[in-house]
Amino acid sequence: MAKKVFSRPKCLKEAIFHYCPGCGHSIAHRLVAEVIDELGIRGTAIGIPPAGCAVLAYNYLDVDMIEAQHGRGPAMASGIKRMLPDGIVFSYQGDGDLAAIGIAESFHSANRGENITIIFINNAVYGMTGGQMAPTTILEQKTTTTPGGRNKTSEGYPVKVCELLSSLDGTTYIERCAVNSPAGVNKTKKAIKKAFQCQIDGLGFSLVEILSPCPTNWKMTPIDSCKWIDTTMSKVFPLGVFKDNTTAVKKSREAAS
Amino acid sequence: MNKVLMSGNNIIGEAAIRAGCRFYAGYPITPQNELTEYMAEHLRTVEGGVFLQSESEIAAIHMITGASATGARVMTSSSSPGISLKQEGISSMAACELPGIIVNIMRGGPGLGNIRPAQGDYFQATRGGGHGDYRTIVFGPATCQELADLTMDAFDLADKYRTPVMILADGMMGQMMEPVIFKKPKPRQYNEKFMLRGAGHGKSKIIRGLILDPIDMEEHNWKLARKYQVIIDHETLHEEYKTEDAKLVIVAYGTSARIAKGAIKRLRDKGMKVGLFRPITLWPFPELKLRKLAEKINNFLVFEMSTGQMLEDVRLALQGYADIGFHGRPGGVVPTPAELANVVARHYEKKD
Repeated sequence: MAKKVFSRPKCLKEAIFHYCPGCGHSIAHRLVAEVIDELGIRGTAIGIPPAGCAVLAYNYLDVDMIEAQHGRGPAMASGIKRMLPDGIVFSYQGDGDLAAIGIAESFHSANRGENITIIFINNAVYGMTGGQMAPTTILEQKTTTTPGGRNKTSEGYPVKVCELLSSLDGTTYIERCAVNSPAGVNKTKKAIKKAFQCQIDGLGFSLVEILSPCPTNWKMTPIDSCKWIDTTMSKVFPLGVFKDNTTAVKKSREAAS
Repeated sequence: MNKVLMSGNNIIGEAAIRAGCRFYAGYPITPQNELTEYMAEHLRTVEGGVFLQSESEIAAIHMITGASATGARVMTSSSSPGISLKQEGISSMAACELPGIIVNIMRGGPGLGNIRPAQGDYFQATRGGGHGDYRTIVFGPATCQELADLTMDAFDLADKYRTPVMILADGMMGQMMEPVIFKKPKPRQYNEKFMLRGAGHGKSKIIRGLILDPIDMEEHNWKLARKYQVIIDHETLHEEYKTEDAKLVIVAYGTSARIAKGAIKRLRDKGMKVGLFRPITLWPFPELKLRKLAEKINNFLVFEMSTGQMLEDVRLALQGYADIGFHGRPGGVVPTPAELANVVARHYEKKD
């Protein structure tokens, strides 16, 4: 008898993604769904989609979900998690949502060490509104609002979220991945799983940043977009684990008890 | 239950906790800090109680929105500039039909204004305040006892209609002390099907205000409008004071109404028959009750600590039915009953 090695995750709804061809959101959604299945947390998970391309995430993920206003996901997640400590609460946010309009909410929920998980999609542009400059747009990158390329003198520098948040004492697990290759996808899934496990174990704030292709607004083919992440984007946003205090937090808990 | 002497801000906090409020988020701003501090001190002693000092007013309103979605009774509070920041979330709560209490201890404005009592946020409170087609139930308490009673009632109404409710008071109400009796809260009635607590083995739920199809969005707007009409039909509250024989009626709410009562006492001592119509719900405004009064009284004077905001609601109720005068002191000035009595006396004699 044939062994089934690949199927649709149970908590991914039977809906067709609205995302553009080559977009990284659909991969990230699928990975979140697979992890929720594998950890058996579909019944306790509560997700918060952002304002942005992923605003319709609740059409795809078959878990309880509540929309947040632009950038407010982590504040809402804080309110939910505090009242529902056994829930597995995650917000799914883009770069504008998390690092521009919602930087205060993400920064302070991280600093409070909220026991929540953030899936952070960094594609270096505002996707849904048509490709404007994001806080993570890299220098010289052309967008509709930086037609001459992002200029450090007038527009400042790309915001490095993992570097910033890992400097806060409140954060426990922070990793940056990319979904531009099969190996990268596998690594990203492991990171997402670790982040959710961190929350399940009550160890504190976890965030996974995912460098994600946006061929439409980068005005590249999907293949070139994947290459661009390797050649250019990941030079500004290096991949890797920025903070992993899970073992240390566990040990100090055990020592305390 | 014995009478206790407490300040307005603390009374709101105590009433909220007694009414079952278990989540409060807030940000420091004068003149309402005592309420935030009361919640910090007392929520931690209540089972399941959570106090969160937020990084901003915006974060606070979204924190209580999240907590409300889980089914908790929730509250946030602020003063005028902070309430402006909360509007995004209030609009969102109205859209997503989530209950919650927002307390505005008003101060002088616009802009940073000052920290003196004022009533300049009436428009913002009663017209929705944030973007989109929605209304917020607004209570305008005038005594500490009312702060206690209406805070408790606010939680019941918020649940009943699944909508945010605002307590609109001012720095005077927040800071003053009066003896109060806390009534017994009613048992909560709120259906679990509205709560987001994880799907378990059942169907997953979505709470959202984003409805991309305009026909569906229109229907959602009409659904909300029908709900607001039910609130208008059933939930208006007002007080009439010495209106039976009145030749002139002052229309005032909150602190202004207290001043008006002092002025009426002085005027009546001089033989002038003056009464008070005091809206207790500012939205819905007791329009028909006020118009009914115009069947026997022709002379009204609106008194507000603003340049004239409730005045517009009074005009909607009375224009063509009666004469409407106005006296206002914006910017944090609290006029004395004697000042108001002088103004009313001129108005009274002009018409009498």
